[in-house]
Amino acid sequence: MATLVQAVRLALHYGETHLGVTDIFGEDVGPPLGGVFTATQGLKTAWNSPLDERGIVGTAMGIAYGGGRPVFEIQFCDYAFNVIDLLKVVGNQRWASAGGFDMPVVMMTPTGAGIRGSMYHSHSYESWASRLPGWKIVMPSDALDAYGLMLSAIVDPNPVMVLLPKALLRVRSDRLIPGEPEDPQELSRRIDAPVGDRKNWTPDWPPVQEYFVPIGSARLVREGETATVISYGRTLPLCVQVCDDLQKNHGLSFDVLDLRSIFPYDWKAISQSVQKTGRVVLVNEDTEVTNFAEHLLRRIIEEHFYDLVAKPKVISGKHVPGIGLNQVYEYNTVPQAEHIREAIFEVATEPV
Amino acid sequence: MTSPLFPLDDSEDSLANNPSATRMGREIFSGVESLPAERCLEIFRLMVRTRALEERTIKMSKSGEGYFWVGGPGEEAFNVCLGLQVNKGFGPAYDYLHLHYRNAGVLLALGMPMLDHVRQMAMTATDPHSRGRNFVGHYAVKEWNVVPVTSVIEIQYVMAPGTAIMQKRVPNGTGVSIVVGGDAGTAEGDFTSCMIWSTRPKNELPVLMIVTNNGYGISTPAHTQHGERRICDRGEPFGIPGETVDGNDPITTWHAIRRGLEYCRQTRKPYLLEVFVSRLHGHSSSSGAARVSDEPDCLKLFETKLINAGLLHQELVEHIYQNAHEEADAAVVQAMEEPRPLPEDVEKFTYAPSPVDVVYPEDYTGLPR
Repeated sequence: MATLVQAVRLALHYGETHLGVTDIFGEDVGPPLGGVFTATQGLKTAWNSPLDERGIVGTAMGIAYGGGRPVFEIQFCDYAFNVIDLLKVVGNQRWASAGGFDMPVVMMTPTGAGIRGSMYHSHSYESWASRLPGWKIVMPSDALDAYGLMLSAIVDPNPVMVLLPKALLRVRSDRLIPGEPEDPQELSRRIDAPVGDRKNWTPDWPPVQEYFVPIGSARLVREGETATVISYGRTLPLCVQVCDDLQKNHGLSFDVLDLRSIFPYDWKAISQSVQKTGRVVLVNEDTEVTNFAEHLLRRIIEEHFYDLVAKPKVISGKHVPGIGLNQVYEYNTVPQAEHIREAIFEVATEPV
Repeated sequence: MTSPLFPLDDSEDSLANNPSATRMGREIFSGVESLPAERCLEIFRLMVRTRALEERTIKMSKSGEGYFWVGGPGEEAFNVCLGLQVNKGFGPAYDYLHLHYRNAGVLLALGMPMLDHVRQMAMTATDPHSRGRNFVGHYAVKEWNVVPVTSVIEIQYVMAPGTAIMQKRVPNGTGVSIVVGGDAGTAEGDFTSCMIWSTRPKNELPVLMIVTNNGYGISTPAHTQHGERRICDRGEPFGIPGETVDGNDPITTWHAIRRGLEYCRQTRKPYLLEVFVSRLHGHSSSSGAARVSDEPDCLKLFETKLINAGLLHQELVEHIYQNAHEEADAAVVQAMEEPRPLPEDVEKFTYAPSPVDVVYPEDYTGLPR
């Protein structure tokens, strides 16, 4: 059972051996480190770049112009703010040139809180990213989805941003990647670089197989009747845990949708579920003003106003300048299980 | 490719029927450097066509045939000399052009018909660069490796190393990534990024960095904001050779570009060229685009030089100008009759067809349904 970050590494390996990936690069991406979160260890096309996010994005564009298929990493999404003009241009290349130039690049970047990252390693990025037309934005919450979304990101001829929830990078999936050894220790022995000197180390890649998670498809993680819970990334497993608990203790059952794609989002899945339950809670950890969930809620209200039987609710991060290091700050800034539980319970039990 | 409205051969014919033609085969000198008379006439004619096109485009901005104008009157000598030396083609075996918005002469020298420039100014659906979406001079020509020009200052400098990486991987490749921007933009970090990425040890890249120095950033004189010596000196700590050249002299400019390109082709390393140019119509139409009188005009200077050398005479010069103006006028007449974009065009070409996207398998079609 791979962790999410191992799944990304396996997907990149599959990408460079089967799907034409020519370059995997960024700060500390190549040997010896293989990424600050180990996502790029042992990959044959991985290389280190200067500490220059603008150069990384621009070079990826150039490689794509020249016929390559680059995957670049911005080490933390907190450092993708000084390239937002370039990301706009990445997203507009085909549109601006009226179909002349495609821009098949993949950007991956760790996002969100949950690793005691303090003010400059805890930002969320999906709401910003959702304002970059021409891009597709995906965000797995589980290793198998990370693998399948990364393969889709590589194959898609448009720019795709893969947001990786930092807090989940070391979490194991309960679902196997096709071709992955069942024993997690065996997987680790084969693909995790040894600590210390790794000059003579080479990975022994398992024969992982093609597996795509289509862009724009949500995953119904739990199926129920009482209310719809829509989330993604770090808060998704918290929602599942809360809903399981509410079912066990209160007999309430929920549709829990892991959106997986921020844009394009799976409107069919959202719409069908809201129509069924009439109650909806949207959960993420980005700051709450102009939060991506507000867009989803706007559509839900416009298109399902008369289907709703209770006040809908958005649970998200506080609109404060950062996430403080002391855990009192973090706990009270971004949604935790307790906050999510309270909100879901309130929506689920509001009298009709 | 030549424009059907003014095939290059026409004027070759006029020259062949003219006594001046007896002077062909000579070298025209500028200092110790020279170019063959035929080349000088080719450059001169392209410079005239570029100027005529720019002036007609400015007129469009004032007449309501178009809106905003930005371009490069005063940079014709540089632009034409660059365009004529590009190894033109598609893919990393050829040169890549990372231009900015003052490079009409480069495209005319590559063979773009005037009409395609005018179509962008007139915002027609037939505009091959952007389908009426972008400002004039914001070219995009896939088959010639002219990547989409943006208005965002200096970002082309971070893209050039990427195409150069791909060019360096071509066995025995000689392709160069040519990046062009102005002097004010060198204050952006992207200029330095280009030098850093092009000189990574054992990974040097064939990038020809060109700065056209017109001495201004919109209204701000360069000397009020920049204390450094020559811009090309900034390559020195990176080991990037470079030179400055008078961009009002096509002969010296030609050779400076030639040296830069040869260096990049042969060594597969970067070169930095600073070209001093004039800005004859201000920054853009936003400042009126009126003709200034206190800057040297590369076209008039070259015209005088060629007349003095006996290569041109007044009547022939007038003929070349007249042909160029007629070509530009005809292009505008045609462009104004061509179809405009339709409301249903707004979303087109947002996405390329994707086999793994269940919402937008073909293109963007509005919010997910």
